[in-house]
Amino acid sequence: MELAQIKEALKANLIVGEDKLGMKIEAGAGGDLMSDLLRRPMHGVVVLSGLNNMQVIRTAVIAGVAAVVLVRGKEPDQEMVSEARSHGLPVLSTPFTMFTACGRLFRQGLRGLDQKLSE
Amino acid sequence: MPTLSKRFSIKARDYLRAGEVSIEVQGILKKIGFDAELIRRVSICAYEAEMNVVMHGGDGTLHLFVDTDAIALVVKDSGPGIENIELAMKEGYSTASEEAREMGFGAGMGLPNIKKNSDSLKIDSEKGKGTLVAISFHQPA
Repeated sequence: MELAQIKEALKANLIVGEDKLGMKIEAGAGGDLMSDLLRRPMHGVVVLSGLNNMQVIRTAVIAGVAAVVLVRGKEPDQEMVSEARSHGLPVLSTPFTMFTACGRLFRQGLRGLDQKLSE
Repeated sequence: MPTLSKRFSIKARDYLRAGEVSIEVQGILKKIGFDAELIRRVSICAYEAEMNVVMHGGDGTLHLFVDTDAIALVVKDSGPGIENIELAMKEGYSTASEEAREMGFGAGMGLPNIKKNSDSLKIDSEKGKGTLVAISFHQPA
C-alpha cells in the first residue's frame, strides 16, 4: 500500500512528507509505548500513535519507521515538525481514534507485525 | 573503515532534547557506511541507554567507540544507581516516573531491549554511586 492510500483511508492531514506519498508501506503498528517500537525492524512500517511528543519522532527515526500517524486529530508542534522534516520522516494526523484508524487500514489489507499463529 | 572515539553529554530530565545523542550516533555510523542492521541495533541500544540517563540518571555521558570490526557504547551517569540489576533486567520491571511514562517510556523494556540488540552488555552500578553501562557489537563478517 502506498502512503497516499493510507492518507486517504484515514482522511488524514499530511503534515510532513509531501514528496513521500508514493512510498511503499508494508505493515502497520499502533502503540504508545516507545520501547515496543524499538523491539523489531520497522522498515516499511507505518506507526499509529496516540502520543504527541518529540519522543515519538525520535523513536521513529531510531527504529527506522517509514511514517508516523498521530490519531485523534493531534497536531505536532513546530519542533516535532522540523525534527521530522530534517530526517525525512512523513507525519500525518487523522481524526479517527486509534482503534478505528487501525481498523480502517486493516480493512484495506494492510497487515500487522504479528507472526502467524495457528487458529 | 575509520576508527573513531567521540563523547557526548546527556542531560537528566531534558525530555525535549532526549534522543539527540543517539540520532547523532546513528548519523555517524550511516556516514561511515556500516551495515544497516548493525546500525539499527546500535542506535536502539544508544537510545534506550540515553533515555535511561534522562529518566533515572543524574547527568551523564555516552562515549562511542568505532573500530574496523566492532562498535562500543559506554554510558555513564551520576544518578541514583540500580539497586537490583537482576530485577532491572526483567522485562516489565520499571521504576520510571510518571513524567517518563507520559512520554511513552518506563515500560520496563529498556535494559532488556539493550541486551536483545547487543552482542555484549555489562552493567556496573551501586546504589547512590551512579551507573556505567558498556555495550558492544561486532560487525558481521
